[in-house]
Amino acid sequence: MADLQTTAPERNILTFSEPEHELALATKDLHVYYGENEALREADLQFERYKITALIGASGSGKSTFLRSLNRMNDGVARVTGNIMYRDLDINSNQIDVYEMRRHIGMVFQRPNPFAKSIYDNITFALRQRGVHDKQELDEIVETSLRQAAMWDQVKDELHKSALALSGGQQQRLCIARAIAVKPDILLLDEPASALDPVATAQIEDTLLKLKENYTIIIVTHNMQQAARVSDYTAFFHLGRVLEYDEARKIFTRPKVTITNDYISGNFG
Amino acid sequence: MKAKTADKIATAVFYAVAGLVVLILAFLLGYILLAGLPKLSWHFLAAPAQAFSAGGGIGIQLFNSFYLLVLAMLISFPIALGAGIYLNEYAKQNWITNVVRTAIEILSSLPSVVVGLFGFLLFVVQFKLGFSILSGALALTFFNLPLLTRSVETSLASIPNLQREAGLALGLSRWETVTKVILPAAVPSILTGVILSAGRVFGEAAALIYTSGQSAPALNFADWNPFNIASPLNPLRPAETLAVHIWKINSEGIMPDASAVSAGASAVLVIAVLLFNFLARWLGNRLYKRLTAND
Amino acid sequence: MDKIKTQLQQTSQATHSERRGRLISLSALSLIVLVVIAIFWFVATKGLATFFENHVDFWSFLSGKTWDPGVKNASGQPLFGALPMIVGSFLITVLAALVATPFAIGTAVFMNEIEPRHGAKIIQPVTELLVGIPSVVYGFIGLSVVVPLVRNTFGGSGFGILSGTVVLFIMILPTVTSMTADALKSVPRYYREASLALGATRWQTIYKVVLRAATPGILTAVVFGMARAFGEALAVQMVVGNAALLPQNLVSPSSTLTSVLTQGIGNTVMGSLQNNALWSLALVLLVMSLVFNLVIRLIGRKGALR
Repeated sequence: MADLQTTAPERNILTFSEPEHELALATKDLHVYYGENEALREADLQFERYKITALIGASGSGKSTFLRSLNRMNDGVARVTGNIMYRDLDINSNQIDVYEMRRHIGMVFQRPNPFAKSIYDNITFALRQRGVHDKQELDEIVETSLRQAAMWDQVKDELHKSALALSGGQQQRLCIARAIAVKPDILLLDEPASALDPVATAQIEDTLLKLKENYTIIIVTHNMQQAARVSDYTAFFHLGRVLEYDEARKIFTRPKVTITNDYISGNFG
Repeated sequence: MKAKTADKIATAVFYAVAGLVVLILAFLLGYILLAGLPKLSWHFLAAPAQAFSAGGGIGIQLFNSFYLLVLAMLISFPIALGAGIYLNEYAKQNWITNVVRTAIEILSSLPSVVVGLFGFLLFVVQFKLGFSILSGALALTFFNLPLLTRSVETSLASIPNLQREAGLALGLSRWETVTKVILPAAVPSILTGVILSAGRVFGEAAALIYTSGQSAPALNFADWNPFNIASPLNPLRPAETLAVHIWKINSEGIMPDASAVSAGASAVLVIAVLLFNFLARWLGNRLYKRLTAND
Repeated sequence: MDKIKTQLQQTSQATHSERRGRLISLSALSLIVLVVIAIFWFVATKGLATFFENHVDFWSFLSGKTWDPGVKNASGQPLFGALPMIVGSFLITVLAALVATPFAIGTAVFMNEIEPRHGAKIIQPVTELLVGIPSVVYGFIGLSVVVPLVRNTFGGSGFGILSGTVVLFIMILPTVTSMTADALKSVPRYYREASLALGATRWQTIYKVVLRAATPGILTAVVFGMARAFGEALAVQMVVGNAALLPQNLVSPSSTLTSVLTQGIGNTVMGSLQNNALWSLALVLLVMSLVFNLVIRLIGRKGALR
């Protein structure tokens, strides 16, 4: 299998045609350009509902660029062509209200970025901006979000303390709680544990496995073990292309593409 | 060793030059304060000025200076805030933005007398506002806008981009994110900029002599209706400020105690500017501590 | 489900707020640009009226030695010689900058390279404070200290170019010093370490490495100081003597563009020939401030290329 003398990279792209797979999101022929430079080409990926899909690949492979395009965080930064299908709508079109869309496709970033506000205000801020002012309703949302992010018991007595006083791992979980407080369908996570220590990383992974009961999760990670542990599907990105996309257990045990094998066994990147 | 001798001589020269400069600067501050402080009294600070006899105060001028400062800040701050937000959050990197930035830079480098003359032409003459507080406040606004805009812009730029992404990813618009998240975080640093520019505005004279005028009519401090002519709040009355007063009595010099009055007034002006600076510095330090304490 | 689909295709509250906010902030920015354009437009039309409406010869305006707009010469041309003021302004600016530069560099080097501890704690905060001292205060000091000193030393009235130079020197010294200090500070530490490691003395390091690397920044500081000096009105007007004569020596009463403007605008009637002539002086000031701006930009560009 480890035939290193392949000339052109073979591609193996998983597609869901069977009806039992309910899709949450799909991209068709997605290209991303930074100025003249094409950072991502021909990305056709489909994401199954209530599953975790991991995007792996070396730095510069286009995986983060791809993820950030999914809820149009690249608007104004890069040019994105192609379709992103969500609920039968192409959300990469200017007919779509981008702010409304991001309430359904949330994002958690590499570095924890809580607002310089209290824990409570961090979670309720976006809701109050959208006119939710009922105290009881807000309280409930704060509790469920923090419970889902597995940090309610730790912070329930200090909800009005500054979020900046939390540890890095707690801050990141607060960011997850903040993202799910607006009740999105899909959660995009961009290397959410890369700035955290191993204990905090393990906790985040546990949290993700619980969250997939209610959310479709797409996670970028450079940590192979993490991708193997949490993901149902895995896409391997290489030099701006998706080289292989399959069930995670297949990718990590019997990758079809040589470069994928090299990457996951640590031969490069 | 030639190089070593040269080094020693150079070091001595640097000590001498720096010593001389420190001496000059110390003399400057010392002279203003020593000449002015003995003159300061409650009477001097509160009494109206006398045109032809000794013993006048600077009460009205002091009030005018503060009133003008407040008005100018009220007008210029919202404009500078909007402009600073646009430049830092929305403006694209292109030639139009470059032209706009250049225009602001040019405005900041214009001699204040030119800004004053423009204010005279536009407000005093064209808009027929006469020599008035309003004309003066508008001229000061022009004088103040570039500096304040720049300080708003740099304050906003110092807030990390991660915060903006957090807001956007929650489905908030950029405007909501900036006004509700970025701006509150930048308040201490913006405030520092406001205070520093307030010090500059407070001491400005050249932009005012032909806009707010060089006369200080008597005020009735019991009348706070802005529409009455003797009311201190009337924005259409002429208003000589403290800085203009110093210039005026020194260039016309009818007053017998002109130099004593200017000394006192200069001391008040300098003390006010020092206070503004200390306030800004103190705020800046607190901001620094708050930021570092969180990491 | 369908509800979400329609919501995605409608304009959300966030989009409305975004449009409003963008418009508000763009208007604020446009207002500032408008002000700049208006200043140039007004001063230019007024200042050019002397030449286009009153048909004053531009060359005789720049080179004429007599400023007496009320009087006409033999050929019926009013006496609009701005040369005395132009010379006065340039002389004072250049002299003040010439004196201030070595002092500013010396002090900045001292507080950065030789005694950084005292420099950072005492000299720098004090210079930064002095940058904010109002210019009328400098004028007052000039009037009560410098003018008598010049009078007692050189005779005459004490009013003149020399007094103006001294006042402006003191006025721009803090600005130039603190900007020069910033320029020195931006020279990377390893430049100095590399030079010292090669066995150079501190003076050699300062002279050959630090000052050279900081040259664009120092030039910017000096030009910035000159721009401030050139545009300063009241402090100069108080000590220069205000005689619109070509300066014979440094202690004879003279005038600058700003001093004539300060005095004249109030004493002439709007729209009159005399008044228009003053606006021409304001235009010269405006153009000069543009030139200073341009020079600073050019220095910045050259510095960036290195």
